[in-house]
Amino acid sequence: MKHLINLRVNGQTYPIDVEPRERLLDVIRYKLDLTGPKEGCGTGDCGACTMLVDGQPVTTCLVLAITAADREITTVEGLARPGELSGLQQAFVDKTALQCGICIPGFLVNATALLRENPNPTEEQVRYWLQGNLCRCTGYTKIFEAVLDAARKAAGAAETPSGAE
Amino acid sequence: MKSFEYLEPRSLADAGRMLADYGARARLLAGGTDLIVQMETGRLQPEAVIYLGRIAELRDISVDGSGRLRIGAAVTLREVENHPVIREQYPALARGAQEVGSVQIRNLGTLAGNVCNASPSADTSPALLAYDAEVEVLGDHGAARWAPVSEFWTGPGRTTLKPGEMVTSIRLPAPASGRRSFYQKLAVRKAMDLAMVGITVALSGPAERPENVRIALGAVAPVCLRAREAEAAVERGGASAIEEAARLAQQAASPIDDQRASAAYRRDMVRVLTARALTQLLS
Repeated sequence: MKHLINLRVNGQTYPIDVEPRERLLDVIRYKLDLTGPKEGCGTGDCGACTMLVDGQPVTTCLVLAITAADREITTVEGLARPGELSGLQQAFVDKTALQCGICIPGFLVNATALLRENPNPTEEQVRYWLQGNLCRCTGYTKIFEAVLDAARKAAGAAETPSGAE
Repeated sequence: MKSFEYLEPRSLADAGRMLADYGARARLLAGGTDLIVQMETGRLQPEAVIYLGRIAELRDISVDGSGRLRIGAAVTLREVENHPVIREQYPALARGAQEVGSVQIRNLGTLAGNVCNASPSADTSPALLAYDAEVEVLGDHGAARWAPVSEFWTGPGRTTLKPGEMVTSIRLPAPASGRRSFYQKLAVRKAMDLAMVGITVALSGPAERPENVRIALGAVAPVCLRAREAEAAVERGGASAIEEAARLAQQAASPIDDQRASAAYRRDMVRVLTARALTQLLS
């Protein structure tokens, strides 16, 4: 039996018919065409499906879409305005922190949450927070460097009145 | 995943009525980190799923008039990990919660769900046992009962919950003054892994005369359990109390061989970790 729900994704509201068994990951990817979040494992172990729900990073392969009705959802597509990159995304580019890219949407969303809660993390804190995101290509080093780089740049921009952020 | 009927109670009373109607045909959904995985594999195929995430009172953490801490059934592991009262007065529980999965998993998974899933290696179990925690169970016709966690877990994945019952909160007595405690987890990986051995030790009083000693062992028996003879040895004291207690804790464990570790290694590590924890707390 279908239920009509409202999903608020990246600032927009979408009325959608869902069956209770549909996962949030699938509804976002296949009904809203937001294919940034990926399925890597389907069991909450790899983090590739990470989105923010009410500001909290969660593995959406374990979330029934119907339970996310009326909550604020942010995917990687919503981290910056269309055509732009967030400071964190730019840092990933600058540091060449990606190879195949499949894990990156999950890392970006999770690291965005980290920097909102802790704008000046130590490397250890970055590593700890990102434990739930797996990467098979990069060996993680550049990813951590990019997050720390983004934090440093945001702090620097915040100090100067003309900071672009 | 097989289709099911979805129910979304807005109050505990609603949830109780739905549970009474559906009994064993329904499963409760909070964070879903255990349930959804099992429904995806087909291991569980409930006719109905009752979602608890819209019931505000289940998200509550509060201290009551007697100084007891009450943690609602929908409180997430992340909330437990970060809560100032839990971090200060029940540090082994904060630490245990922190050891579960990842940030993403802990933002979904609940403490009550961890308790009801009753994995022998659950990271929150040793602290709950050491802190004399109780679960509040809502049953038929709104009747409520309290059960010590030591009587709640009956085997791997098994509790005393009957169809139509649900856990509504977990309650912890106020800590004895001067209580020290911590949780130590031995695992293959630094995160996203189950414990090979998980041990919480708690005690109060001076190092020469420790009181209220609790040694709770996880992942080394069908249920999380206290090593009571080891506790008594610590309270008796003496020059070789730690060594004796570590040996008795080892005897209390009945681990199995599995992909993470052999039974023999786990038994040995119970001894090592108990001695280490006691040495640290009694120094």
